[in-house]
Amino acid sequence: MDNGTGLLPATRWQKALFVLPAFLLTFAIVIFPTVFGILVSFTGWTRTGTTLDGASSGFLLFGLFDMVGDIAGAIRSTWNGFDNFREMAGDSAFRTAVKNNLIFAFIGVPFQYVVALGLALLLNQQIRARKFYRVVFLLPFMISPIAIGWMIGKAMFDARFGPFARIARDLDITLSFYDTGFKAVFWLIMINAWYAIPFVMVMLLAGLQAMPVEVFEAARIDGAGRWRSFWDMTFPLLLPVSLTAVVLRIVFEFKLIDIIYVVTGGGPGDASQTLSLYIYKEGYLSGDIGYATAMAEVFLILVIVIIVVLLATVGRKIRSLY
Amino acid sequence: MTRNPTWLQITTYSLLAIWVVIALFPLYWMVTLSFKNLRLITTGPFFIPWVDFDPVTLGWSDLFESGQRTRFVTAMRNSLICSVGSGLLALVLGSMAGYGLSRFSYRFGIWRNRDISFFFLSQLILPPAAVILPLYILFVESGLYDTLLGMTLLYTVVGLPIVIWIMRDQFNSLPIELEQAALVDGHSAIGAFLRVAAPISAPGMVASFILVVIFSWNEYLFSAVLTSQSAYTLPLLVATQVSSQGVKFWTMAAIGTAAVAPLLVIAIMLERHIVRGLTAGAVK
Repeated sequence: MDNGTGLLPATRWQKALFVLPAFLLTFAIVIFPTVFGILVSFTGWTRTGTTLDGASSGFLLFGLFDMVGDIAGAIRSTWNGFDNFREMAGDSAFRTAVKNNLIFAFIGVPFQYVVALGLALLLNQQIRARKFYRVVFLLPFMISPIAIGWMIGKAMFDARFGPFARIARDLDITLSFYDTGFKAVFWLIMINAWYAIPFVMVMLLAGLQAMPVEVFEAARIDGAGRWRSFWDMTFPLLLPVSLTAVVLRIVFEFKLIDIIYVVTGGGPGDASQTLSLYIYKEGYLSGDIGYATAMAEVFLILVIVIIVVLLATVGRKIRSLY
Repeated sequence: MTRNPTWLQITTYSLLAIWVVIALFPLYWMVTLSFKNLRLITTGPFFIPWVDFDPVTLGWSDLFESGQRTRFVTAMRNSLICSVGSGLLALVLGSMAGYGLSRFSYRFGIWRNRDISFFFLSQLILPPAAVILPLYILFVESGLYDTLLGMTLLYTVVGLPIVIWIMRDQFNSLPIELEQAALVDGHSAIGAFLRVAAPISAPGMVASFILVVIFSWNEYLFSAVLTSQSAYTLPLLVATQVSSQGVKFWTMAAIGTAAVAPLLVIAIMLERHIVRGLTAGAVK
């Protein structure tokens, strides 16, 4: 990233003008949840048991002072030290959720990558109606995951009315999709892959198109076969963008919630639940804000550790990510 | 040549055809669902309208004539404002930040360019579920709850990291001499950005704008928690088709189809630019 920095002269103020607006907006929205999250994770804050006065009337800034006092009072009255973290250590639903998050990231994403790479290579060839294929292959990425959950996860894969189950029944096969934890996670990975593959594919396609044509011409003249030239040149040249796409997808996979929420609701039992979903259910639906926030803090640390390890091991190859 | 080109072509086109079916069938199924009613869904399966079933417009009339017309129009308008608004805002702020990080050297205390870039990118990691409860309280207390302004600002912040990342690399890939010449001609740094660098970085801008719009258009979790009666968006309307009488799959399918239509137009018009924008910047 250092190519380009410091090449243009500018005054302090001019430089600040470029970066500060984005920085301040991000900071304003992110700083409160961070500080608040750390504090609330040590409390037994519940939606029904802990009341806030609600929106202060008037302009944002005047309300700020009220708000801080309001929240500080609520935190003081519900403080329970490390109770949440002790509860988490014995919570089997929490462990299942962590395990599922790791499965979605480290089994789901490599699968997405392999399929996406295949599609990108196909699209990068001399084919007729390339535009048609490229638009069609991009389409799944344009649909809301919530609609995907209902339309594919629920309607298409319904065990009674879905087209697949019905056709199977005519052949005397009983199909069901989400009745065991293993099957539920498997089908969720498949549905999620259907949505995510276009994103990886577009990045890989862009990487393929940025490649120097001359090298491949030279290799072809030298008599290198397709297989050889793929493993010796295409794949290594594609490695930086591949790793970028994979790391991005892993990051997104940790946030995965809406498809699972709609399709299995985390079930059967807690078997297909991810941390995001568990936090959402505990904190927002059950109103156990203290415990959910404590889980969110542990989740955040877990994600940061995994991403830092990932970047430290493969990051040097990702030239552009940071 | 050791391989038979016809054999290769046959494989290529069969694989392409298989994936066309995988990509399109669920979408096709959604469109047919929007023309079915409970009887047609629970019997069947019916695949082709007029051939094996008579389409009914139950779902569509629910959206456009009776029942949920007002809610649908509001959700459509809200989604449009939030996604275009956050797309534009993220594009302006993100391009500026990306340009600054590409062209100047910063030193805020111990923070250099690299650290500032990492600060922005690290926001990508933040799982929405981990911040949603504090955000809910922040929004309620600050009056941003259930407002389009709040949702637009939030989606802008969520979209910023990707925009900054694409645009910084886009600017890194441009020759700096043009801007240096502009400075010699008496333009300020801001003038060089607006008149020289910004116009020729359109590919990256189109790609990042589209990515933010797609995200905001389809986002569910924030919208579900941070809106209620007035600022709800289309994905939320999809989710509210579930009632005690059952799931209105036909209305849901109609909303899904209506929601994907504008993005389909964008995809057809700008697909090339998405790939080109990423090619110019982020993947190099």
